[in-house]
Amino acid sequence: MKKLLHTNEFYLALIILILSIIINLKSGAFFTLGNLFDLLRSGTVMGIFVIAEMIVIISGGIDISFPAIASFSMYLTTKILVSNNYNGSIIFAFLVAGIIGVLLGLINAIFISIFKLPTFIVTLGTSSMFSGFLLAFIGSREISNIPDVMTNFSKMTIFKVKSNTGVISSLPYSFLIFLFIAIFVWILLKYTLLGRGIYAIGGDINAAERAGFNVKLIQIFIYGFVGFISGIGGFIHTCMMQNSNPVNLLGLELIVIAAVVLGGTKITGGYGTVIGALLGLFLVIIMNNSLILLGIPSYWQTFVTGVLILIGTSVTAYQGKIRKSNLSYLNDNLSET
Amino acid sequence: MQEKNDAKNYIEIFKKFKNLRINDNDSDIIRLFIIMLIIFALMTLLNPGRFFTSDNFSSMAFQFPELGILSIAMMLAMLTGGIDLSIVGIANLSGILSALILIHIHPDWAYKKILLFMLVAIAIGILTGILCGFLNGILISLIGIPPILATLGSMQLFTGIATIITKGHSVFNFPEQFLYIGNGALWFLPLPFVIFVIVAIVFNILLQKTSFGLKLYMMGTNPIASRFSGINNIAMIIKTYLYSGLLAAIAGLIIIARTNSAKADYGTSYTLQAILVVVLGGVNYKGGFGKVSGIILAILILQFLSSGFNMLQFSNFFKDFIWGSVLILVMVLNNIINNKHNQKK
Repeated sequence: MKKLLHTNEFYLALIILILSIIINLKSGAFFTLGNLFDLLRSGTVMGIFVIAEMIVIISGGIDISFPAIASFSMYLTTKILVSNNYNGSIIFAFLVAGIIGVLLGLINAIFISIFKLPTFIVTLGTSSMFSGFLLAFIGSREISNIPDVMTNFSKMTIFKVKSNTGVISSLPYSFLIFLFIAIFVWILLKYTLLGRGIYAIGGDINAAERAGFNVKLIQIFIYGFVGFISGIGGFIHTCMMQNSNPVNLLGLELIVIAAVVLGGTKITGGYGTVIGALLGLFLVIIMNNSLILLGIPSYWQTFVTGVLILIGTSVTAYQGKIRKSNLSYLNDNLSET
Repeated sequence: MQEKNDAKNYIEIFKKFKNLRINDNDSDIIRLFIIMLIIFALMTLLNPGRFFTSDNFSSMAFQFPELGILSIAMMLAMLTGGIDLSIVGIANLSGILSALILIHIHPDWAYKKILLFMLVAIAIGILTGILCGFLNGILISLIGIPPILATLGSMQLFTGIATIITKGHSVFNFPEQFLYIGNGALWFLPLPFVIFVIVAIVFNILLQKTSFGLKLYMMGTNPIASRFSGINNIAMIIKTYLYSGLLAAIAGLIIIARTNSAKADYGTSYTLQAILVVVLGGVNYKGGFGKVSGIILAILILQFLSSGFNMLQFSNFFKDFIWGSVLILVMVLNNIINNKHNQKK
């Protein structure tokens, strides 16, 4: 119990609970199964991205190319399926999206692991490359006649509830994919050598290398895997929206980073949990979805995201600073960028 | 008296430290100059009768100063080993706050009154930039947030404030006298270009001839060493980001004067391009290395490419693809050259 009080997750859950109660008092519509399903639904795709970004941040990097990778793989996959009049299994479609994602992720991996370039600048460059290539050569128009397999997939639900007003809310099947990815990554990070390697790189890359971790291989895995789940996330997004728009995922990176950082993932690497990151996401989604419920205009969203990022980073940075104030090598965080 | 001697000693040490690095930088500048000439020649050949014209030179001289000033702002942050992703946000917020005063100016007013209001508007824009830069400096140095995340968050914050003020709409219709800043010319030199030249000269002097510049290079090379040699790193970082905010505000004013409108989400692609210019200009992202002259050559290269591509009717999407590829290519090349250099030593 004492241990629980010291975790970041506990406080995050507390904030979420207090916030929910406030919103419920104001709007009265928060604690309903329908609203919960809506929140989970809008969190499905974002949740996959949050897990991807969290792995990268734990390893001491930062990735802003995942929206471009997701857009690229979902749009190209849809285009391939449409032009072939595909009508087979949805699993194959997911596989195609995932493989395109892996290939793009490996491009990141090459520059980061072999040339040892800073992750932020590499992913900034590749995200401009990927989205530029997609829009210039593959297509910039929305595809609205997506194959039936995809529409059918988006209509498959686990639960369905009907509220008193007659609005149907449902938990789609794709939520299970997200859940599967979350559990897989949780096990990977906690119980495998590879997972411990990811933490080790984030803590101190040189020490990890001395300790016998194959840093290059681990980094290649990280960016390849992140590309894979970004591709899957993008494809789920297309299925849920029932159209393939090459630009509407772009710009999502900031809110995802905000969620990861609020979830207690250490910004300089080496620490972070799946549960924390998902609680962070839940907080961000509640904030954004509830602005309207609370009567705040939607153009406040950017401001709220900014404040959330700054609060999240300030708290973790300040804690870290107090902890090592005895040594106080001022500004050594500068060299870590 | 003792203090004065100490200061003199420091300057001596810094000068020696600076001389050590001069040779490295000069070869970079010569290399860039040759690349610039090649691209200039290539674009002239690819666009016969259109690129090498006074019209094109004049339109280029109106276009690049905004990005050029933003790039110098980015360079300052990178010299500390950090990065400033909020410059575009600062530019837009400053521009919008100035714009809110500018739209109240009535064209029938007396000339002096218009001028006074304009000066107030400009002062408020610049002050906004300085305050935003100050906030960045505090977040990075005192609270200890890594520059990438601090400025990523503050970028959202500034853009968010700008969006809230304007409710997401754009602000437009400024007095003619103000638009002159962005569209007028001094004899045959476009005013934005003149402002860019002044900014470049001032910051070149600041970096190369003052103790601030020398301290900045030293801190960027090795923050721990600089701290133990008596430099106040916290104050240096706050000052640097403050200058960066100031420059972003100047760029913001030029932008609204040129386009006759202020918008919260204008020019978001400038962030990538500014980083591209800075990296291309030979500034080391780890801090401590880089000159204004490199930035000038890099911005000219980018402008020649951009204008040439426009004439060849390349789409903006294709240009995005090229900027991303060039950024990574340059980083890889720098990396290979640096590695070879180190091996020789």
